[in-house]
Formats: sequence, structure tokens, C-alpha cells
Amino acid sequence: MSKVIVVTSGKGGVGKTTTSASFSSGLALRGNKTVVIDFDVGLRNLDLIMGCERRVVYDIINVINGEVTLKQALIKDKNCDNLYILPASQTRDKDALNLEGVERILNELKESFDCIVCDSPAGIESGAFTAMYFADEALVVTNPEVSSVRDSDRILGILAAKSKRAVDGLDPVKEHLLITRYDPKRVEAGEMLSVTDIQEILRIPLIGVIPESESVLQASNAGTPAIHLDKSDVAEAYRDVVGRFMGDEGLPMRFVTVEKKSFFKRLLGGR
Amino acid sequence: MAHAEPAFKLKIANLSLFVLYVNTTDMAQLKNQLDTRVNKTHNFFSNTPVALDLSAIANSNISPDFADLMSFMLDHGMHATGVIGGSTEQREAAVQSGLGLFPDTIVKPTVKTAPIPTTAPSITPNAEKNNAPELPEFGLTIETNNSNVLDSDTQRQNPVSQVPPTFRPTMIINKPVRTGQRIYAEGSNLVVLGVVNAGAELIADGDIHIYAPLRGRAIAGAQGNENARIFVHSLEAELISVAGCFKVFENGIPENLRGKPVQVHLNGSDLIIQPLLS
Ligand SMILES: Nc1ncnc2c1ncn2[C@@H]1O[C@H](COP(=O)(O)OP(=O)(O)OP(=O)(O)O)[C@@H](O)[C@H]1O
Ligand SMILES: [Mg+2]
Repeated sequence: MSKVIVVTSGKGGVGKTTTSASFSSGLALRGNKTVVIDFDVGLRNLDLIMGCERRVVYDIINVINGEVTLKQALIKDKNCDNLYILPASQTRDKDALNLEGVERILNELKESFDCIVCDSPAGIESGAFTAMYFADEALVVTNPEVSSVRDSDRILGILAAKSKRAVDGLDPVKEHLLITRYDPKRVEAGEMLSVTDIQEILRIPLIGVIPESESVLQASNAGTPAIHLDKSDVAEAYRDVVGRFMGDEGLPMRFVTVEKKSFFKRLLGGR
Repeated sequence: MAHAEPAFKLKIANLSLFVLYVNTTDMAQLKNQLDTRVNKTHNFFSNTPVALDLSAIANSNISPDFADLMSFMLDHGMHATGVIGGSTEQREAAVQSGLGLFPDTIVKPTVKTAPIPTTAPSITPNAEKNNAPELPEFGLTIETNNSNVLDSDTQRQNPVSQVPPTFRPTMIINKPVRTGQRIYAEGSNLVVLGVVNAGAELIADGDIHIYAPLRGRAIAGAQGNENARIFVHSLEAELISVAGCFKVFENGIPENLRGKPVQVHLNGSDLIIQPLLS
């Protein structure tokens, strides 16, 4: 059974696209046939982060309008065999992304893919709504600050009340909290919310914590999803997220406390 | 053109509304006090529709400068929508400034005079059994507010005390109520088992019970039932209200109540918040 997973947040710039790129790559690395769809019509940048911008010929709206087939629009990822990208249009009008069209595409993709990852635009308007409507599961990307948590709360409310699963009375969309840009130092200094604070408000299961790191910017400049980086906290954190998503058990929640310079602590895998 | 879908539907909705009772024609004084009470930076009101009740100044021959008042209110997030009561001149001036007119007097549902049927099921788990407040009159006020467009005013004037109370089952919400969501238990009690987050709103015509933190707003007795109560497992609210008397916590919730289990009820026009002692 294939799954539609939306990466959503409400607030902009919290790391949805960064997450969509790394998460879909991680799923593919674990053997899932995966496609990642950019729903951010007008502002596409998933293709930049995946490093395939020069190979974009057609986009999701061409497919919806029946101008090309899905096969023609899908771009094969350069790093993973199992991964394809369906880019967004940079120029077209947002309204072209209608629910019927998207449903048709998703149904067709379900025939050949295990995981369909939808990179949502920011906001709670039609673009974000279209991206989440057909979701089976949701990664709710949240930064450790009040406004981001508020927006995530709002998105969770919409998922619970207005997604197709809710409207059809099926099992609810499975929700996962993903905290990104987490800086334990600033949390300890009381400048940012802690993991516990965020969970206390949102009350959904935590799937991972991605630390704040400059390597994310380097990765995106290089057009390589952060999960492929060598010796990087961010890459490891994203791999943990994929692991938990796949049902791996006993993965400790890493990168949530300020790193003590103790060699032995690190050796023992403790915090 | 092909057969068109109906482009609109006209209905009477029974919405709860903030009412600003204008007690003086001295607008400078009113604005001054409003400014202190409604802290702009707190964002408590945000384009919130508010009705102006002019009954207290109906005998004055001064009409407030509504246009000025409206823009001042808007500045504080309150969107003045219309006036209730007032003299003919005042109402005229209000219309000139683009305000609507609500029916002259809002008749409060005559909850108190209604007979309490002895067989009524005790659905309100009130703490003080010996001094049990009257049961909320389920359905009473609803009868007068059916989606009947034209005669809703006249019906409201009728004494409703003769209508036998009908029973509406408690509404139970077993998941979190999140920012931007609003739950209305029309004509009944409301029980919420999940967290009610900041920016979420609970409204009930009867009592409200929340077995989780209340961080948003809770409005009980929304149609005027002064015996309605709110029971909260952990008080962290933005606003609580019973029968239109409300309290906002601009400067935070007092230490002795914050995060505590409490009940809220009305004593006259005072909103009482009491810790629940187990
Ligand atoms: N873990 C991280 N550490 C440091 N910077 C990060 C991290 N994750 C994301 N960023 C940076 O934050 C910015 C926004 O990231 P991204 O584009 O993924 O967010 P988004 O939620 O998709 O934004 P939008 O709402 O505009 O679509 C980028 O500059 C990215 O490099
Ligand atoms: Mg993005």
C-alpha cells in the first residue's frame, strides 16, 4: 500500500523543503520507490535543493492540464535510484493546481510508488490545503519558537477537520512532529522553546529533532539534500527520522541537549 | 449558460457576539478606559465584530461620534458592526456612519422563571448538590432562534417560560481543539477531553468541562444562562466568560489559579474563579 505523506508547517521558512528533500531521499535509500512533489507553485525550489533544476522541462501543472504524461514530467534523482521529483511550475497561476487534478496524479503515482512525499507551500491557503488534502500521514515541521508552534497547531486542526480522511470519516491522518533548526544552547539559555515545551502544546508523537546547522545551507547551495552529507549531525538526524518512520525501534532522540565534550559519553551513544 | 448552482443561501445564524456597553456619552473618557483595558499589543481582539449597546445613554440628547469611535475601536482590533438600543437620533447617527441596527432590546432568555421539571436528568455534575443551581434550560432559547428569517425578533419577545425544556445531549470532544478552531455546543453542555490551545474557542449554551489545559477561550451560558459554569483541569486561558460576563488575562493568570483545576461561575455580575479542592 502506498502512502501519501505531506510535509507541512503553516509558517514559512521553517525547513519544509529541506525536510522533503532529505526525507524522500532517505526513504529511497531504504529501498522505497519514492516520488517527491513540489506543491509550491510560483516559488519552486525543491528542484534547486535536489540539484535537478537544469533538467526541469515539464511540471505538475502540465500534467494536470493533460499536456504531457506523468512519465514525461518526472525527473530521476541523481543520487538515488528509487527517487523521482515532480517539479512545480514557476510561472503558472496557483489556481491551476485543483483538487481533482491532484487526485488524478496521486492515484496514478500510487500505482508505481510506495511513498509520495508532498512538499507544501507555507500558509493555510489553497496551496497548502491542496498539498495536505489527500495525505495519509503528515510531517509537521516546527521551529522552536512560539509563532511556528502556533501555526503548526492551526495546521493540525485543519488536518483533523478538513483533510479528505476527515471528510470521508476514515482513520485520521497520522501526525508526526518534526522539530527543525533546534539549537540546544539557545534552548538552555531560555531563548527558544524546548522539545518538551513544544510537545506539551502540540501533543502529537515526535519523529525527530533536526539541529540548527550551517551545513544545511552548504548542502542546498551544492544541490545535494542534507541527508547525503558526510559526518553531519543534520544528516544523521534525518536518517533517524526516516528510521522511525520505517518503524525502527529504540533509536535515541539525539541532538537535543548541549553537547558535552566528553568522549566517553559520545562513545556510549548517550546524550 | 448552463443551469447555475445556487450562488448563496440566506440563513439566520446564532453567533455569539461581543457587546460593548456604552455607559457614557463622553467619548474621550470611554476611549481612554478602553485603551487601558484592551491592550493593543496583546492582540486579544483581531478584527473581532463587536456590537455597541446604547441603552444606557438612550436618554441623552448627545449622539456619539460613531465614525471616530469605530476607527478607534478598529485600532484596537474591534470591528463595530451595529448598535443595540439608543435614541432615535443616536440610531440614525449610527446608520449614517455605516453601522447596522440590532433589534431594539435584546430579550434575555427568561431562564430563571422557567419551572424546573423534577424528573429532569441531572446532567450537570455540579459540585454543590445541596445548593444546586437550576439546570440550564436546554433548548429553551433555541426554540426562539430557529432559522426562520423574518419573525425571529417577534418570537424573541414571547415569554419562553411556558415551553417545556427539551433535552440536548452533552457534546463530547475527545481530541485537541487547536488554534483557529471553534466548537459550539448549541443548547447543551460541552465536555472536552483534549487540550484547548491558544487561539481556540469553546462555546456552550450550558456548562463547559475541560479535562485538560484550557489555553484558549471558553464561553459558557452563551445565550444568557447565568447559572452556567466552567470546570477546567488546568487554567491557562486567554478568556473565560459566563452569560456574557467575561474576563481576559492580559497580565497573566494569578499565581494561585494558574495551571490549577478551577471552576468559574457568576455571582450577580461578578465572575468568580475558584480553585477546585479535591
Ligand atoms: N536544520 C537547519 N539548520 C540551519 N538552517 C536550516 C535548517 N533547515 C532549514 N534551514 C534553512 O532555512 C531556510 C528555509 O528552509 P526551507 O526552504 O527548507 O524552508 P521551507 O519551510 O520550505 O520554506 P517555505 O515556507 O518558503 O517553502 C533555508 O535557508 C534553509 O537553508
Ligand atoms: Mg519550501
